[in-house]
Amino acid sequence: MFSLENITRIIHEWLNSHFNPTIALVTEFILVGVASITLFALLGLSLVWMERKVAAVMQIRLGPNRVGPKGIFQTTADTLKLLMKEGLVPDGADKFLFNLAPFIVMIVGMLILAPIAFAKNFQIWDINIGVLYLSAISSLSVIGILMAGWASNNKYSLLGAMRSGAQIVSYELSAGLSVLSIVVMAGSLSIKDIILSQQDGWWIFKAHIPALISFIIFIIAVTAETNRAPFDMAEAESELTAGFHTEYSGMRFALFFLAEYINIFIVCAIGATLFFGGWMPLHIGNWQAFNHIMDYIPSSLWFFGKTLGLIFLIMWFRWTFPRLRIDQLLNLEWKYLLPISMFNLLLMAVVAIKGWHF
Amino acid sequence: MFLKDYIKDVYGAIRSVLKGMRVTGYYFTHHKEIITEQYPDNRETLKLAERFRGEVVLLHDEKNEHACTGCSACEIACPNGTIKIINKFDISPDGKKKKAIDTFVYHLELCTMCNLCIEACPTDAIKMAQTFEHSVFDRSKLTKKLNNEGSKLREGIE
Repeated sequence: MFSLENITRIIHEWLNSHFNPTIALVTEFILVGVASITLFALLGLSLVWMERKVAAVMQIRLGPNRVGPKGIFQTTADTLKLLMKEGLVPDGADKFLFNLAPFIVMIVGMLILAPIAFAKNFQIWDINIGVLYLSAISSLSVIGILMAGWASNNKYSLLGAMRSGAQIVSYELSAGLSVLSIVVMAGSLSIKDIILSQQDGWWIFKAHIPALISFIIFIIAVTAETNRAPFDMAEAESELTAGFHTEYSGMRFALFFLAEYINIFIVCAIGATLFFGGWMPLHIGNWQAFNHIMDYIPSSLWFFGKTLGLIFLIMWFRWTFPRLRIDQLLNLEWKYLLPISMFNLLLMAVVAIKGWHF
Repeated sequence: MFLKDYIKDVYGAIRSVLKGMRVTGYYFTHHKEIITEQYPDNRETLKLAERFRGEVVLLHDEKNEHACTGCSACEIACPNGTIKIINKFDISPDGKKKKAIDTFVYHLELCTMCNLCIEACPTDAIKMAQTFEHSVFDRSKLTKKLNNEGSKLREGIE
């Protein structure tokens, strides 16, 4: 059976039998880096294409259909175009910060990738504080965005960056609380343990009502955190031209664009891990036969399927709802999501203590 | 009561969110009617709306006769000087002078397709055509003479 675990094991054994352990370790580091960069590029290309197709079908259009069959090479062509464009730096900009900002945003995306389990025993870094690490790192990207907005020396960029700052600072809270409610259930911060605790059913089914509430809050909060419509005030094409990346062009713009899609993938992967069991196949309690059949589907397929499902949900949001105003956005967070998620955390704790879950 | 309103707000929000998502979800699952026109590919089967306004044409019948009396109503009605009518005077066999158009000049590059000239025309001599592929390499080609060579006014139209 196909499994990513075997591939890594074979590479690891081959390297260790041919070289000394230090060289093998360094080679593995490089391989992991190359693999994650490749994953980023592929994700960027395919998610942008998916977004455009989903948008088109929802608006009764065709979407890209000229470059390649069904337009699948459209995003490749766009990337080539962006690569060849001149990366302009405005005269009044702070050159150093301006050039640094897109890389900060990308590096944050790459850092979050570390504790995510892509398949069974296929994880870059299994740390015992995985969830804490994720929520700590994911709020760093706002620094890159603020940096871009400030260094551009442009009023639209600055406004967009400030909005993004307010947005991420406030939505981080309810995202954190909803993640915490699953941690209460699983009793561990490590991603691996959380996934293993869903062996007999995913948390969204096992912990029923509170898990559903925290899933809804989580998906709203991460949509806001990734600056996606209907919470895309940081970009807000109709108000701020392009928000914090107004002054960016060429490959620097492409990095911001890529980072947006990488962030979507990562938050959806976290959501899939916490609520839908990551790579864990669909198991129902003690139905041995059923569970066994489900195990035949490779765990990587389960992971990517769940993640893509959540990504589709977020795209669905984008092409359905109009943009919120900044005061509505903050109202939603501080008056609704935060109290509800605090109450929900309490409810979850009661459910966990009383053992009212399955 | 505050708590009641609060819960009502949340309930209403969830309901309207689901309603909105149902609409787009319906379109996503039922993509039968695609409104995109694959234009250069479907040139043969292209169907334009009946009221589509492409350009002004002067209607000629098979005897090369038109209904334009040269009254200049369209020229006056035109808000941006697109139409210029140059008249001439024919001498009829019984020695009377009769007004007729010499050239119906139409500047397509100035036209906004507002349809006012067609509404102003008392004899329905001009109408809006459905053609729309107007791009040319030379601007002077956009200034058109609408009446055909050797055409004349149809009998009985004053």
